[in-house]
Formats: sequence, structure tokens, C-alpha cells
Amino acid sequence: MVVGTRAAAAPTNATEGGSRTEPTGRLGAVGARVVFEDLEKRYGDVAAVDGVSLDVAAGEFLTMLGPSGSGKTTSLMMLAGFEIPTAGEIYVDDRPIAAVPPYRRNIGMVFQNYALFPHMTVGENIAFPLKLRKVKKADIQRRTREVLELVELPGYEARYPRQLSGGQQQRIALARALVFDPRVLLMDEPLGALDKQLRESLQLEIKRLHERLGVTIVYVTHDQQEALVMSDRIAVMNRGRVEQVGPPAELYDAPQTRFVASFIGESNFLDGRLAGIEGGVAQVEAPGVGVLRARLGEGLASGTDVAVTVRPEKIVFAEEGEGSDGLNHERNELDATVEDVVFVGEMHRYEVRLTGGQTLILKRQNRAGVRRYERGDSARVAWHVADTRLV
Amino acid sequence: MSATTHAFAPRPGERAAQAARFARLRRGVQLRYVLLALPAVAFLAVFYGYPVAAMLLRAFNDPAWGTENFRPLTTLTRDIDVFGFSVPGNAYLRVFGITLQIAIVTTLATLLLAYPVAYVLAAIRPSRANLLMILVLIPFWTSILVRSYAWMVLLGREGTINRVLMGLGILDEPAKLLNTRLAVYVGMIHILLPFMILPLYAVMRGIDRNLLRAAENLGGRPWDVFRRVFLPLSLPGIGAGCLLVFILALGFYITPALLGGQRDVMISVLIAQQVTLIKWGFASALALVLLLVALVIYVVFSRILGVERLYGGTRA
Amino acid sequence: MSATGEARQGVGVGASPRARVRPARAARRRVSLGQGLLYAVTGLILFYLVFPIFVVIPVSFSSAKYLQFPPPGFSLQWYEKYLTRSDWTGATWLSVQVAAGTALLATLLGTLAALALVRGRFWGRDLINAFVVSPMIIPSIIVAIGIYFFYARIQLIGSPFALVLAHTALAVPFVVVNVSATLVGFDERLEYAAMNLGANRRQTFLKVTLPLIRPGVLTGALFAFVTSFDELIVALFISGTGAVTLPRKMWDGIRQEIDPTIAAVSTIFIVLSVLVLVSAELLRQRSERLRTAIPTQVE
Repeated sequence: MVVGTRAAAAPTNATEGGSRTEPTGRLGAVGARVVFEDLEKRYGDVAAVDGVSLDVAAGEFLTMLGPSGSGKTTSLMMLAGFEIPTAGEIYVDDRPIAAVPPYRRNIGMVFQNYALFPHMTVGENIAFPLKLRKVKKADIQRRTREVLELVELPGYEARYPRQLSGGQQQRIALARALVFDPRVLLMDEPLGALDKQLRESLQLEIKRLHERLGVTIVYVTHDQQEALVMSDRIAVMNRGRVEQVGPPAELYDAPQTRFVASFIGESNFLDGRLAGIEGGVAQVEAPGVGVLRARLGEGLASGTDVAVTVRPEKIVFAEEGEGSDGLNHERNELDATVEDVVFVGEMHRYEVRLTGGQTLILKRQNRAGVRRYERGDSARVAWHVADTRLV
Repeated sequence: MSATTHAFAPRPGERAAQAARFARLRRGVQLRYVLLALPAVAFLAVFYGYPVAAMLLRAFNDPAWGTENFRPLTTLTRDIDVFGFSVPGNAYLRVFGITLQIAIVTTLATLLLAYPVAYVLAAIRPSRANLLMILVLIPFWTSILVRSYAWMVLLGREGTINRVLMGLGILDEPAKLLNTRLAVYVGMIHILLPFMILPLYAVMRGIDRNLLRAAENLGGRPWDVFRRVFLPLSLPGIGAGCLLVFILALGFYITPALLGGQRDVMISVLIAQQVTLIKWGFASALALVLLLVALVIYVVFSRILGVERLYGGTRA
Repeated sequence: MSATGEARQGVGVGASPRARVRPARAARRRVSLGQGLLYAVTGLILFYLVFPIFVVIPVSFSSAKYLQFPPPGFSLQWYEKYLTRSDWTGATWLSVQVAAGTALLATLLGTLAALALVRGRFWGRDLINAFVVSPMIIPSIIVAIGIYFFYARIQLIGSPFALVLAHTALAVPFVVVNVSATLVGFDERLEYAAMNLGANRRQTFLKVTLPLIRPGVLTGALFAFVTSFDELIVALFISGTGAVTLPRKMWDGIRQEIDPTIAAVSTIFIVLSVLVLVSAELLRQRSERLRTAIPTQVE
């Protein structure tokens, strides 16, 4: 096992010393805690990052997810040290690092496009951080070999990056970022240039590697699927701010803002006014629709404008008896007309129009026994109050 | 754990001090760049900027302060012929007129000759185009003096062309080819042709051939496709090439001096003459006018043509 | 702003092996009359471009006592004259020295300036950029007399060192333009990666930036060398009697010496230009190779 051989090598490394953080040779539970504290980056009048606070636990896999221009990459660049913040601070463990030059941070990074040095072989690329840290030649060779085994490309030392496929380059970039045992690993859209299948297999591979190494990973992507699959927690970014942080399931099931609800997965929104609260259930008056019930969000007072949101796969056609056991007060039920049906493989995607004119999207599995509705059919749609959120 | 953990919250007031420190750091990064540019800027300031500026100033203060040096340019002396029109003029303005005329004719002729060459080079396979490009690049890299000399050999009284024409029986005695306006044109067009072909070629190579196929698919005949699609797309190359050739032609010295006659004096030649006559102030005044003409044309045309957008190569 | 140099750059861009390849179908299409005419015209124009240069070469090997084409017989006498006369060899050697000095100085100054101008975001950057590349566009005669008046006052006329200084001012823009072009195509993330892996700014420059922009730097040096080696107008004014360069010597002799010695010297210039052309092409290919090694951005 790689972990075993690396651990055995620890004493030789320890004797070398040095002012810079020396590769420990230890693996497992080495991740550092990373804290962004009210971080701000302005370019003239434009705030690229507008007060971001985040606490990434040691060993955590945190993804910053957002559309382009949301400030996620700029935040990462400040953590790596390529941008100096306008205000705020970044801590790695207890050490403030916002003003530390990038080459003294000892944070690994996998770049978009990998940034492998084209004039160096794979071996030279991987040896680069070790040479700078004055690691002995024999150790460099051994550790290069080990890290190539770790990314399952043993024996690739003599090749040039241009001789490798995109997926292989990605692994080499990962190997180079890991070879000096950083306690934090940054990944900036590392899978963006790869095709779908390769991307999915590498997602799982990176996740496994993370579990094995225990390094803290801060991952940046605009791909919500990727974020859901890989992360311990996701920080959804929008317009330079963190909209919501939480585990994938929480973000999906309990989005706190309209942006989060629409950016992660698909959502239906029905605008209305919070009319009152009855037994912990919010009563929302939606024009032309009637009263809808929803789980109460935090800090909402009666009379405020809200949007009722529900995921398409949580809506059913009511007359089929899918859970329609007469417990009407636990469900929202509305009359609708089917406007459009699209076949998307594992399911059918319906667009229905409510009596008030609003449209809803709902998804139904493609299997025997599930009735297919046609365009123009009248139907009654329903969903659980527990699946209904206010944003 | 929530998004708003202030694990290491700074004391009040510390944030502002920290922001100031970051600002200093960022300025430090830019200062490093300024320091990198400094040697070149300082060098050019001393050995190019200052001498040229001092020379231009000389137009107003050599031998005495005033606009005396511009007087020969503003006094009308005799009627001259400009593109067939007889207008009052003077000998020095006439040189400017000749210079502009030569520059304009050279630019248009160069465009006319360069366009088909660039078009063909852009249309054929890149490997073949690279081979043919050698024929453009050899003259491009050969010194102007050598090329002008080559034309002296060709156009001279005992030169190659006269000999061939006489050998073929077309001429009975050698024609005067050298030291004529025609010789200046032939030489200058020859020298400036690569400067037109190269930007044209670069732009034409970049034209997406699918656009031409789309135009054909939409029913365009070859001539329509060329006129309505290819030609407009190649305009940036035409603009860049013409501007470049025109500005270079304005300042030509060697070729008109070697190939031209008495009546083909271009402004650079005139300036050099005035310097040797030790009329430094007047030479400077002429140089100032030439510089202004070149600058105005450069600025106006590059704005109109958007040359920066095309050739913004030096900017990130 | 950067006129001439970028035109020279243009070649590389267009002729790159990555350029769009025409499908075979189009190549097989029958050549029409119009196309035939177009090709013939192109052939004639290309002939016009190279013919004068290749007339000079046979004349230089002429056995005749004066310029004559085609030459009546073969002889190396004009090369012999060129090589045995110390005024010619002296001028050649001086030109080589001045050009080498110019290349060295201009490459150093120009490369640093290009780094600052492409990477920096400081106030006045565009202005500095315009100033640094302006010697390339301003008519040579203006620069020449400016420098002449200046050197006359500080008594630097006729000094090879003064020639190096003057030629460097003319050559710096070519270095700046060439290095800038390489830097613009340079993925800055490679430098970020180097720093992220622990290289300080100096190490990053020496181990990553410089190896990758080297083709551009060398091309710039080549431009600088040729700019100086071919330069005549400034030399006419400031070389005096003490620092006669080869172009100056040719200029002086071009109307008096009707024998083909100058053709022999010209041939040497032509050979040099071919050498430069080949080197520039090799450097371009190397640069291209380094660039294609970086996968293109997708996002």
C-alpha cells in the first residue's frame, strides 16, 4: 500500500528540516482547517468577492458552487495567494495567510487546464515542488514513483504532457499537487475540459483519494451535479456572496433562497404572500391559485412576499392515488391542464398550467403502471407540505 | 458550523489597517512591473525621446526663437501641378505633395498586387502556402539597400531590362529607366509588398471557410460569395496593411534617393539635404511637419479601422 | 501601434500547422479558368518579388568588369576584392560587432519591458507601451537627425559605441513586440502553478517563464541584430569616418563603384537573410510546439 511505504519514509524526511513546511511523509488526517473571514475583493467599483465567510473543517471536502462571475474562482485565487484581498483575512489552521506569497503557503492546487509545464516531462513536473524543497534525489525518484502509482499512471515519468490524454494530464496534475503533501488541496474546475464519462469516473476517483488522504479539499465548479456527487458540504456562491452552505442533501431539500433552489436541481416557484401560520405550517395566498401550505422558513413574518417552491419530482397527479389517502391538510392539491409532455429517457417531463395561469414542471418515472398523460388532459396535481419550501 | 463563523475575528479597527496593508502589497506587485519597464523607458528617454524632442524644439529656436523656420513652407512662390490641377505652391510644399502622392500610389498598387497573392496563399494547403511564403519572406528579410541596389542593376542604362528589351528587338537604344518616378514606384512597391501581403494573409487565414460554404449553400455564386462575404471579412487586413505601408512609404529615404531623379525628391531626402546644408532649424521644422502628418494619419486611420482590435498583440 | 513587427508576427499566426485544413474535396475541385488566371497572376507577382534579388547573385559571380546580366562567365574576383580590401572587411566586422551589441542590449531591455507591459496593470502602461514601440513607426529620418544633433553636441559622432546606443533605440520595439506576442499566448496559470508549487518569483521566471518564452526572446534578438546590421539612415549621419558600417560603406560606393563588388556584398546580405528566415521559422515552430502542449480552454 502506498500509505504504508510513505509512512515508512517519514524519518528520512524529518531529518532534512528546513524553514519551509517540510513534506511530512505522513498521510491520513493531515488536512488543515481553512477559514475565510469576511473576505472582500474589489476591482475598482466592482466587488468580485463581497464579504465571504466560510469555515472549512480539517479534512473536509468543500465545494464552492456558482455561475461564472459569482466570485468562486477569485476566492480560490486569494486562498492560493495569486490575488491579494481588498479586505478580510484567510486562515489556514490558526495562521493568517492573506498576505503570504503563494510560494510560501504550501497549498496544493489543480488548475483548470492542469497547467502542466509543457517543457518538462511528467517526472520533472512532479519533481518540481520537491526540488524546490531541496528533497534528496533518491527520495524525489521514490516519491515520484509512489505518487504516480497513487494516480494509477506508474511508469509515465519520461513522457511529456502533450503525449498524454486529457484524463491522464488531469491525473498528473493531481499527482504534482499532492507530491509535496500539502494539507490543503485546491481544485479549480479540474474536470471542466473532459467529456462526460471520464468526468464522472474521475469524480469518484478524486472522492476516493480524498477519503484515503484526509487532505482538506476546496473545490470550485459551476457543475451542480459534480458538486452534489463529490462534496461533504457545498457553498453556493452568487454575486460575490455565499448564498447558503450545507451538505448536498440539505441544499437540495431545504434551499433557503430562490437562487439556491433554482441553481441546484430544477424547482417550481409560485409567488404569493405569507397570510399566516397555522400549527407550524405556513399559509401562503397565491393569486389565482388559492392557499398553499408550506414548511415554515426561518425569520419570515406574516404579510411578506414569498415564493412557494417545490421540486418537479415531488409533484404527482392526484387521482392516481399515489399517497392520496384523504389527508388533504398535508398536501397541496390544484387543478391543472397538461400543456406539454417531453420524454427524457428514465422519465417523462410534464408542463402543466394551473387555473391561475402559472406553469409547473413535474417529472414521472417511465415504468409500467404509471399512466401517461397527453397534451390537453385535465389533471389534478398534488404534493406534500413537507416537500414545500418558502424562499 | 455555519457560514458566518468568525473564528478569529479581528479587533475593531484592525480590519481597516489590514485593508491598507493589503493595498500596499498590491501596489508593491505593480511597482515590480514598473521597475521592469524602467530600464527600457529610461534608455529610450535618453537616447531617443530626448534627442527627438530636442530636435523638434529646434524648429522653433534654431537659430532664434520664433516660427521663422516655417516661413519657407508658407510663402507661395509659383504655380505647381497637383494631380492635373494647377495651384499656387512652393518648392518645399511640392516635395510634401510628391511624397504624399508617391505614398498613396504605392499603397494602392501594393494592395492591388498583394490581395491576389494573399488570397491564393490563404486558399491553398498550409504546407504549400508555407513554401510559397518563403518567396515573400526572403525579400522581406533582405535589406532595403540591397533591394534598391538590385533595382539599380536591373533598371540601369546598361541594366538587365534594357539589354533584354534590346536583345528582343523591342528597343533600339537603352531607355532611361533609372532615376525616374517609375523606378521609384517599382522599387518602393517591391520593398513594401511583403508588408501588405503578411497582414492580409494572416487575416485571410483566419476567415472561417465554413462561412464561405454557408454563403454558397445559401445560393451565392462565387463572385457574390467573394464580394459579400470574403471581401468584408478581409477588410481588417486591408486596413492594417494599407496603414502600415502608407506610414512606411511616407518616410522612405534610401529607395527614392537611389532610384529617383531630380524631380522625385521625397521629404526624407529633402530633410537630409537641409541637414547637410547645416540648416538644422529648417530641417527640424520639416521633420516636425512630417511627424505630424504621419501621426495624424496613424491616429485617424487606426481609429476608423479599429486596427488595435486586430493587432492588439502587445496588450493582454 | 506596433506596425512592422506585428506584420512579421503575422506570418507565424497564419501559417501555423493548426490552421484550418481544407477538406480534400475542395482540393480536388477542377481548376476553373478564373482560378487559373488568379494563379498565373500570383505567380507573376511572386516572380516580381524574388527576381531582383536573384539577379544580384549571378552578377556577383561575373567575370565582367562592370554590371552585366546575364554574366559572360564565372569568376570569384569580386569576392576576392571584397575579402582582401580592408575597408570592406573592416566595415563588415564593425557591423557584426555593432549588431551583436545592439541585439544583446535591446533583448535585455525589451524583454524586461515586454514582461512589465503585458503583465502589469499599472497607471500609464498604455502610454509607456506607445512610447516604447514608437521608434518602429516614426520615420527613420526623424530619429536619425534627432540622434545626430544630440551626438554632435556631446561629441559622440564616429563611435561604434554610439552606433550601438542608437541602433538599440530602434531595435527595442522589435524585441518588445516579439516577446509580447509570446507572452500574450502564454498561459499565466503556468506561473501560478510554479509559485503554488513553491517557486519564488525569480525561480518561476528562470524555470518556467523564460524557457517557455525563449523562442520569442530569440526571435526578438534576431530582429534586433538584423535591424542594426541593415540600418543605414542613422549610420549615414552618425558613423562619421570612425565607424563606417557595411551598409554605409555600400551606400558610399554604390554610385561610384560600378563594378560588381557591391553585388558580392549584397549576395552576402541575401544569404544572411535566408539564414535569418530559416532561424525565425525554426523558432516559430518551437514556440508553436510549446503552445500546443497546453490544452485549449473550454469553459
